[in-house]
Amino acid sequence: MTDAAITGIGAVTALGVGAETLFTGWAGGRSGIVDGEAPAADFEPTDFLSRKEARRADRSSQLLLAAGDEAFAQAGWGSPGDELPYDPARIGSIIGSGIGGFITLTENHKALLEGRPVSALAIPLLMANGPTGQIALRRGLLGPSWGTVSACAAGANAIASGVRELRAGTVDAIVVGGTEASIVDLARAGFGAMNALSPTGRSRPFHAERDGFVLGEGAGALILEDADKARERGATILGYVRGVGASQDAHHLSAPTPDGSGAARAVTQSLADAGIEPTDVDYVNAHGTGTPLNDASETAAMRLALGDHLSTIPISSLKSAIGHSLGAAGAIEAVATVRALQERIAPPTLNLDQPDPELDLLHVQGEPMPLRETNGRAPIALSTSFGFGGHNACLVLQGA
Amino acid sequence: MSTVTREDVEALVISSLEELGAEADALSPTATFEELDVDSLDLAELSQIVEEKYGVKLQGEDVAKLQTVADAVDLIVERAAQ
Repeated sequence: MTDAAITGIGAVTALGVGAETLFTGWAGGRSGIVDGEAPAADFEPTDFLSRKEARRADRSSQLLLAAGDEAFAQAGWGSPGDELPYDPARIGSIIGSGIGGFITLTENHKALLEGRPVSALAIPLLMANGPTGQIALRRGLLGPSWGTVSACAAGANAIASGVRELRAGTVDAIVVGGTEASIVDLARAGFGAMNALSPTGRSRPFHAERDGFVLGEGAGALILEDADKARERGATILGYVRGVGASQDAHHLSAPTPDGSGAARAVTQSLADAGIEPTDVDYVNAHGTGTPLNDASETAAMRLALGDHLSTIPISSLKSAIGHSLGAAGAIEAVATVRALQERIAPPTLNLDQPDPELDLLHVQGEPMPLRETNGRAPIALSTSFGFGGHNACLVLQGA
Repeated sequence: MSTVTREDVEALVISSLEELGAEADALSPTATFEELDVDSLDLAELSQIVEEKYGVKLQGEDVAKLQTVADAVDLIVERAAQ
């Protein structure tokens, strides 16, 4: 079976621009959350795009194109306009987004209600597949291409879909990821009405007093290549996606299964797909949103899927540092997990001074925790993502 | 519609195209939309600006034939006089 090698990563988050800024910030215990929200405040679109390109891209696409440029450059694919390392028809693109161009949508709807013209750019910029089309257009990628739409699992589902394309032999390489720019009043009001947002504006996954998630934004991008072909062209391999899993709760519009059985099926499937046992897992990068329901259900799910082994492996949530970037989260977390595996550490869950005693997990508090010795093999991590609508996804990532 | 001058229309078209992202240095009456990287979506937006300003509707087929900035100005002036 084709191995899915990761040769490039990129991210734009509340911690700043770049995957390294994200990882060192998180591992160093820095939070990007300001006044109860986590915007990518350091991101300046025209640092990456011409004035015209920026104007013709919703913020969700702007964020993705910047993360994509970083990932392509790291993979050795150069900049837009440079020659691609494979036949363009054999390079795919799959990007997830929870909502799509939420800013474009709300601004144009406001214009409509006020009797102003709706922009000719409204539809191409608000559609949830827009970011996928934009990144393909930017690099001339002609292979299989679509967006994944599964709320907060969209980024992870995009990566899983890309792995499956590689294995199916339809592509030699594929850019995958997720993006979200949904810090708008309608999102604040809608998530607020569901009591999903933290009223105290604090992102405290697994905390006894956790009270909801903090709305964030950002993008994560990864370049996946057929590992044999990546080696042939002399690429540096950062890590691998060893297994993928996906499932559906079919339980409730937004709440997860209380016993975690829905999410557990995605985790178990990903382990089987990777051909590994629960005891092979060295680190769990949790979905860990900080909502009372998610963290309890996720703990139950991991217990079901990993059994007693769960108590011996570190688990932490990046959302403690960058809030919840919805459809981008799974991709950003995969990027950060690749770095964690490279550095052989589990970065901490920030703000976890009082873990919920009901959640029987090996938390990483304060300082990063070194990953256990793995007897000559590179460490393995799970990265979980769960979305409103009952969507669950799990990735098995391994260091190089 | 009274006294729509060619100069006014040209100024509006050029400033609008610049706002839509065309390079200011490249903008002139003889510049082609291809050179300016102005596509059908840009022209649709330009049409909205022109309609709001002069009440002139530019239809798809007319717009599709336009090749230069001057072509667009001519069409707008012609329609505004009707």
